[in-house]
Amino acid sequence: MTLTLRNIAKTYPGGTRALLPTDLDIAEGEIVSLLGPSGCGKTTLLRIIAGLETADAGAEIRFKDDDMTHQPVERRKVGMVFQSYALFPNMSVRGNIGYGLKMQGLPRAQIDARVDEVIALCRLEPYAGRAIGALSGGQRQRVALARAFAPRPRLLLLDEPLSALDAALRGQLRDELAALLRQFGITAIFVTHDQDEAMAIADRVAVMSQGRVAQIGTPEALYRAPQNAFVARFVGNSMPLGGRIEGDQLHLPGGTLALAAPSDGMAAFVRAEDVRLAQDGPLTARVTAVTFLGTHYRIALSGATDQTLFCLHQGQSAPKPGETVRLAIAPQSILTLTPEKAAA
Amino acid sequence: MGKALQLAVTLLAAAFLLVPTIQSVLAGVTVNYFQGISSGLTLDWIGVVWELYASSIFLSLGIALACLCVTLVIGVPAAYALARNPGRLSRAVEEFISLPLAIPGLALALALLQLYGSYKGFRMSWTFILVGHVLYTLPFMVRSVQSVLAAIDLKTLEEGAATLGAGPARRFFDVVVPNALPGILAGALTVVTLSIGEFNLTWMLHTPFLKTLPVGLADSYASMRLEIASAYTLIFFVMIVPLLLAMQWASARAQQITK
Repeated sequence: MTLTLRNIAKTYPGGTRALLPTDLDIAEGEIVSLLGPSGCGKTTLLRIIAGLETADAGAEIRFKDDDMTHQPVERRKVGMVFQSYALFPNMSVRGNIGYGLKMQGLPRAQIDARVDEVIALCRLEPYAGRAIGALSGGQRQRVALARAFAPRPRLLLLDEPLSALDAALRGQLRDELAALLRQFGITAIFVTHDQDEAMAIADRVAVMSQGRVAQIGTPEALYRAPQNAFVARFVGNSMPLGGRIEGDQLHLPGGTLALAAPSDGMAAFVRAEDVRLAQDGPLTARVTAVTFLGTHYRIALSGATDQTLFCLHQGQSAPKPGETVRLAIAPQSILTLTPEKAAA
Repeated sequence: MGKALQLAVTLLAAAFLLVPTIQSVLAGVTVNYFQGISSGLTLDWIGVVWELYASSIFLSLGIALACLCVTLVIGVPAAYALARNPGRLSRAVEEFISLPLAIPGLALALALLQLYGSYKGFRMSWTFILVGHVLYTLPFMVRSVQSVLAAIDLKTLEEGAATLGAGPARRFFDVVVPNALPGILAGALTVVTLSIGEFNLTWMLHTPFLKTLPVGLADSYASMRLEIASAYTLIFFVMIVPLLLAMQWASARAQQITK
């Protein structure tokens, strides 16, 4: 099902604008992630799509050709997975999964058949008869997903579905969730503040900041070609280099870097993994801290730019704090943005 | 030494509570209280009480059940509304419905008499006493249900049900009520127990033809032989003690959820 959102905004009674007017189009079967820090409006947007919150006047929500703007939540046929799962403690796993089908007034036999099907799909067979209180966090998450999916919703909405789990489990369930959503073949919107989650699960990611969509695109596009400083920092962990650009030269306190193209008046950014230690590099910097992170070292450097510059260094050894090192950054890995985009 | 003292104090306290009860119960099955136990034991007095006051017993049970129905129908939705809309207004409403707890039953009864006393049919009917009992017991039902509802994430549970296609009524009966059940049960037992035992307010509201169990008890103390009054107490105990036990069990269960 295609989803069309036009002019969706949310202003709270106090005047706080949680969401600025937003347009969004989601294609049939597409999985889109709303990614952003807390307070960016991503959950508000999701809840407006679900019908759990009302948008400001002038909004338009269409599910395929049906105008849903003024439909109450119970008539929108959306499946939703809540951050806290919101499973009914007074019902068993089966009862929870069958509840939406019961609401559709289906005959008993059909409900049972569909519940069995979804239980098998989500590999919940051993837990079907259990009470919700007897499940682990990961099992609850799958039951919540199964419950949302069982009534064949037109759209699946997931609000931080993994954030209630501990870190070790999260990685594993992230891949499971991605695989299940593909298997469902359903249009889905998935809210998260974790960029790894967004990239692993979504076809397209809408990065949100301060109530607006900063950029929407495939994970690769966001990572490689961020259109503003917020996306560059949030998705790519890019650092502003500062300094002064003259033609294709970037003058920094620690030396001069070459750029791929003349970029007068623009601002330059770089990612820590693109900063290399090199004997013959053009930048000089002093090591201020070294953190060993298993696969690599994270080295904090001062003197090269106005701020602290980080370098992710893969190698058997790292320089010691206090040492002076030389750095190189390849011209094509330096991102340049116009001042207005750099300020966003 | 310390232990022995502790035991002695405990036993004394228990005796302080139990001896009058036992004495009263014994008086109810003694042939002649003034001659003492030596005059023999009998169940005749209980029979006499039954003959004289069976209507009071049934009236009390009837009023207690009716009171339970009314407090369920008003109290559960009220508790739900208060739990769903926390705020200053809700606090005020909560305090307001709790007022009958602080006001003496006599004053409450007087107010009811002043307001409805001139409606003869209502004044003479058992429903008049029922109104007093509902006013007095409603806060117990509301608070009991509300404390359980406050402990669960009601809003999200309801949102979950709504996304699955449940309208407001289905959400209330499928999600709210089942999850509030321990609180409803604890509240229900409290309401029934309080209604059966209520004297203050009922004494003001009753008519000679409508005596509830405790009013009949007072009547028997005032006008019957001590043995009959004591036998009456015995019947009252038999009715109220199981209710009290069930109430304790239910509140303990409700508290487990609130934790």
